[in-house]
Order: sequence, then C-alpha cells, then structure tokens
Amino acid sequence: MTSELGHLALIVALLMAILQGTFPLAGAALGVPVWMSVGRAAGRAQFFFLAVAFACLIDSFIVNDFSVRYVAEHSNSDLPLYYRIAATWGAHEGSMLLWAVILGLWTFAVTVFSNSLSEEFLARVLGVMGLISVGILLFILLTSNPFERLVPMPSDGGDLNPLLQDFGMTIHPPMLYMGYVGLSVAFSFAIAALLGGSLDSAWARWSRPWTLVAWIFLTFGIVLGSWWAYYELGWGGWWFWDPVENASFMPWLVATALLHSLAVTEKRGAFKAWTVLLAIFAFSLSLLGTFLVRSGVLTSVHAFASDPARGLFILVFLALVVGSSLLIYALKAPAIRDTARYTLISRENLLLLNNVLLVTAAASILLGTLYPLILDAMKLGKISVGPPYFSSVFAPLMAPIVLLAGIAPLFAWREASMPKLIRQLRWLAPLSLGLGIASTALFWSLSDIKTLAGLSMAFWLVGSAGISLWNRIRLRETALDGLRSQSPSFYGMTLAHIGIAVFLVGVVLSSSYSEEKIVRLAPGDTVQLGSYTFTFKGVTDVVGPNFKAQEGSFVVETDGKAVAHLNPQKRIYKVQRNTMTEAAIEPGLTRDLYVALGEPMDGAAWSVRVYYKPFIRWIWLGGLLMMAGGLCSVADRRYRLASLKTVEPHTSAAMRKA
Amino acid sequence: MTPRRKRMLVVGLILLGVSIAAFFALTAFQRNLLYFFTPTQVAAGEAPKGYPFRVGGLVVPGTVQREASSLAVKFTVSDGTATLPITYTGILPDLFREGQGIISIGKMNEQGIFEASEVLAKHDENYMPPEVADSLKQGGKMPTTYKDYQK
Repeated sequence: MTSELGHLALIVALLMAILQGTFPLAGAALGVPVWMSVGRAAGRAQFFFLAVAFACLIDSFIVNDFSVRYVAEHSNSDLPLYYRIAATWGAHEGSMLLWAVILGLWTFAVTVFSNSLSEEFLARVLGVMGLISVGILLFILLTSNPFERLVPMPSDGGDLNPLLQDFGMTIHPPMLYMGYVGLSVAFSFAIAALLGGSLDSAWARWSRPWTLVAWIFLTFGIVLGSWWAYYELGWGGWWFWDPVENASFMPWLVATALLHSLAVTEKRGAFKAWTVLLAIFAFSLSLLGTFLVRSGVLTSVHAFASDPARGLFILVFLALVVGSSLLIYALKAPAIRDTARYTLISRENLLLLNNVLLVTAAASILLGTLYPLILDAMKLGKISVGPPYFSSVFAPLMAPIVLLAGIAPLFAWREASMPKLIRQLRWLAPLSLGLGIASTALFWSLSDIKTLAGLSMAFWLVGSAGISLWNRIRLRETALDGLRSQSPSFYGMTLAHIGIAVFLVGVVLSSSYSEEKIVRLAPGDTVQLGSYTFTFKGVTDVVGPNFKAQEGSFVVETDGKAVAHLNPQKRIYKVQRNTMTEAAIEPGLTRDLYVALGEPMDGAAWSVRVYYKPFIRWIWLGGLLMMAGGLCSVADRRYRLASLKTVEPHTSAAMRKA
Repeated sequence: MTPRRKRMLVVGLILLGVSIAAFFALTAFQRNLLYFFTPTQVAAGEAPKGYPFRVGGLVVPGTVQREASSLAVKFTVSDGTATLPITYTGILPDLFREGQGIISIGKMNEQGIFEASEVLAKHDENYMPPEVADSLKQGGKMPTTYKDYQK
C-alpha cells in the first residue's frame, strides 16, 4: 500500500505544481490578487505531498518491499539499514524524486522567507518554480516512476551498487542537488524580475543570499564527490575531468560568476542584463548536468541505466526552459538600463573580467564535454577528449582569476586611484614571488616552475587579503575594534579567497610531488616511497554484512618508527559478485599515505599500489574554506533586512555619496 | 579619452583575451582528441600508427596471461569479427575479467600489438561501454546474456 500511497502523493504534488505554475503567473500578469495568492499555498502543499511520496519510498526500502521494482533492483535484505535508506536516491528513479523533493524544499523556503517580497513578485517567482516542478514531476511520472510494482515479487533484491555503499556517496547527491536546484531560485528571481520589469538593486540584494546558499551546497557537493573519488576508486586521483564531474563544475563556475556579478548589481546598479543572463545560464547548466547524468548518454559510473525516452524528455524540457527564458530575456532586456557609470580602473571592471574568465572557463569545459556527444549523435565517429585538454585550457584561465581575486577587493568602486594601488601593492608582488621561490627551493626543486608559480600566487592571495584587511582596520582606534566593525560578508569574501590559495597549494604540491609505485609484494616484502617504508604483512579473510573481503596488513615506518598500520581490502559483494577495492589511507595535513590492493598473484603475493600524496587534503580544505566564506556572508545582517518594498535604489544613494 | 572610447577599449581587450583563450582551447582540443577504433578497424589498418587512440571489445576467455615476476599482462579483445592483442603493465581494474567489455587507451607498436597505457572497465558486469556494444552489434555478435542497457 505504501507504494500506491507514494504514487498518489506524487500525482497530487503534480496537480499542486500545475496550480502553482499557472494561477500566480496569470494573476500577476492580469492583476488578480486572489490568483496570485494561490502560489504560496500550492507551493507548500506541493512540498508536503512530495515529502509524503519520498517518505513512502524510503519506507519501502526500510521494510525491504521487493514487490516495488525500484527497491528490488537497488536494495537487498543484507544491506545495512543506513545504506538501505541512502539507496532511495542511489539510482535514477529515486534520485529524480530527490531532485523534485529538493525543489519542493526550496519552494517551501521561498514561501517562508518572503515576507518582504511584494505579492506580485512572489507570485511570479513561485509561478516559475511551479512550472519547473511540473516538468520534473511529469518526467518522473511518465518515464521514471519509482513506485512501479514488480510481478512476481523476487525473494530478494539486486543490491545497491557497491561503489555507492559509502558514507561520502550517500550525502553527495543530496548536497549536489541542493546546489543544482537552489540555482532554480536565482533563475526564478531573474525571470520574475524580467517579467515584472523590476530589475533593481533590491532584486539583486534579494537574489544574493539564495544564490549564495545554493552555491555553498554546490561547492560542498563537488568537494564530497572529489573526496569520494579519491578514496573509493582506488587510484588516488581527486579530479578526472569526467563528463559527470564537468556537469557539476560548469554550473559552479557560472554560479561563482553570478555571485560576483550580483554584488555589482546590488551595490552599483550595473551589469543588470548580464546578471540576469548568468542566472539563466547557471540554472540551464544545472539542467544540462541533470540531462547528461540522467539520460545515460555518458560512459560513466553515473549512467545507471539509459532509456531514450528519458533522454529525449529531459532534452526537450531543457530546450523549453532555455528557449523560453532566453526569449523572455530577448524581449525584456533592451529595456534594462544600467544607472551606474564607472571608469576603466575600477572594481566594476575587475569583476567584469572575473566574470568573463569564469564564463570562458565554463564554455571551454562545455566544448570538451559536449563535442564528443554531438559528434557521436551525428554519427561522425566516436572520440573522447582527454584530461590534458581540460588542464591545459583551464590553468591559463585560472591564473589571472587568482591574481585578480587577490587585488580586486583593494580596488574602489567606480574609480580606483592607480598611484594608491601601486603604493599598496609594490611590496606584495616581489614578496610573494620571493616567498614562492624560497618555499619551492627549500622543500622541493627550484626548477619546478609550476610549483613556484602556484605557491607565489597562493602567497599573493593571502598577502593581498591581509592588506585589504589592514586597510580597513588601521583607521580604527584599536585593531580589535577594527576587526569587530567589519561586516561578516567582508570576512566571508576574504575567507573564500584564502580558500582559493589553500586549494592552489594542494593542487600544485600534490600534482608535482606525489609518488606512486605499483609493485608486486609477497608477505614480508617492503617497498620504499620517499622516506616511508611500507611492509606487507600478508592478507587475511574478513566478512562484512553483505560482502566477503581479503584484508591486507601493512605497516608504514619512517626513521625506524611505525607511523601507520594500514588495512586495505579487496571486497566481493555477495549479490552483484562485484569486486571492489577499498583503499586504506593514513591522512595528514602535509601528506597522505595511501595503499590499495591490486590483484592476487602467484603464491601469497599481491600487486599493490602505494602512494605518497603531499598536501592533498588542502584541496578539499580549500573547498571547505570557500564554503565557510559563503556561510559567513549569508550570515550578514543586511540580507535579513533586505526588502523589495523599499524601491529606493541603493545605487542612487551611493552615487550621491560618491 | 571619452567614456565611450574607454568602454570600447575595455570591450576590445576582453574580446582579445577571449580570442586568445579560444585559440589555446582549440589547439589543446585538437591535440587531445582520442578516436575510438574497433578491432576490425585496427585489423583493416584504419587506426593511426604512433598516435594514441582508444580501442574496445570483449576480453576473449582464456587469453589473459600474467607474467610471473612482473605486473605485465597480455590479453586479447574481440568485437566478434577481429581480435587484437593488448599488453598492459600495472593493475587491471576491479571489473576486468574474461568476457567483460573493456576500453583501452594506448598505441600500436611495431609488432602489431596494442600497448595500453590505460584499461577501463566500468560499472558492473551487466554494463558494456556503448562503443563496444555498437561495434558488437555491427558485427552481429552481441552476446544474448548481456542486459542490453545501451539501446
């Protein structure tokens, strides 16, 4: 019965979404207040029914209801409870339902935190979100119904893909979807503002916290995915330029551009049309990501199953969303007027440059990701684009962004004084270069230009963050007083930029100085990696809840002292008969030691991979710092005071002051 | 300079930057394209010599040979019509097994053996890389035991 209840709830949710997508928009267009007020109620009801449907599916997993096809295919009675719950979004149907539930959650959040929005604006926002939801729910009900029954009922299920039976993988999809779908709020705000012709700085101030929260989740989702790939795939890499990773990275780049562009729109009333376009792009790329991952067009672990009907549906939906929003943009954008004026050397222009670089980076990734698919679809041959393409295009684009991220906060809005900037920065450039050279020469080899450049840029970022902080506090009586008087959003920005520096250190050091050996080891054999000696003690059999494993035992010593005991496993899952490599990692702030079992060889010998990965944790630490920066900024009071009803443009006040 | 000319200058600089980026992107793109060939195409001499490409097929049962003292391994892949010997040194992926569809990246050597730098076997035993599935279908050699996910 649970399954039918869930199905019914999903259909009712679709009806609610249709109500939410039609009446409020019509009401706002025709000026009928009663119709507009439907949005809030329908949005909340929709979320309620989606939550019921989702709870029903989770329940089917908990009670092992294998008469439900989706449960039978992706769960097993031996699967631990935690993974049975997580298996709900472990494959296509359930994860699309999760997408819809999260859209419902964001809709609910908009209805709750919307007291200061005008009824008309809120009606349009909810209307657009309702239409998106109609598309997704139709997709689920027509092509990917998770509540379908299976006759005859199998005695046990086909089990969850072992790769997904892991903590990181259970929370990665919800976090990523919170980010993807959260961008729909920024998108809906942009479309609502276009429709209503109310593109002012109040709109940007309203849109900023939503975009920021979505961006935080997206960042977290990507960091989790990268971390998972590192320890679970057993080859010690953290980013593979896999199309699926690109699918999440492109919206992130554009969302990052959007955050910066929104800042200009809010504070200066400039870039309005561009900001709207970015909001459209960011969400379109999220949808594209969903299409790429869910349609099964990719050769990837994520392509769980593919069905042409599904791919076609998402593609048509994507075309509708992008097409109609660009149409609205084309019709309404010419009326948008930027009020602000600024000179060549100004923060506005630096942020414009940041936007151009980020969007170019996203576009080059899009090219590398889509080109093989388009070629294949047109039957012009099967190609793939290697990771070197992405790295060689990406690095030159990121270098100026990093340099700019350091100094942009030092530039004044509207017109920056060049002599003053030079005075402030004249020591920073040689100092960061000097520190970069010193640290490279001291620990590594001076001839390594990549490390030298990367470390110098990291010092540059941290140094300029220090200067901009000093600029702000030196005018106060005491340093503490100065520190207290800065806004959380300033700290947030600084923290996020330092996050880039930390990330950069992790990337250059782990890519240049990682050591890897693939060796054949018999019990008692040792392998030397840098100053670490790994001794293989042998392999024992262990039994897990739904797998059997051979567990290797390694002792790692340096200078005669044991630093780690590592127990990597080779698991065989009972149901799917899949072999899985479980790497063992000794983490550390300055280095990870990583051991993964390969294959059993003659006798008791094994092929073994051992890695020494310096500073690799800094990559994810950098991502977490960016996230923390975002959280800091969201906490800023002015977002809570933001009001669309005060249409007094913030910019004209700023202009008068200037 | 008038504000208008300044703006033009900014736009010009941005355009210049984007075109340089586009140039680098396209050059890198050209150099990093990997084409896919089936064993039949390789046998017909269509694959490039001395340039990396991707090849795929089913691992022929009974052909996997490991060297006793090193990590070198030899096996043969087939698309039902032709076969191709592959050598690889290192650890094969977890899902590599006889009869399984795999994809390999590498170059042809002088002896007509494919020297693989990477061997990929993804997902689970029911999954077949779409390229392999297509080439098997072309040869009419699609095993019936596979769940045909890639329709």
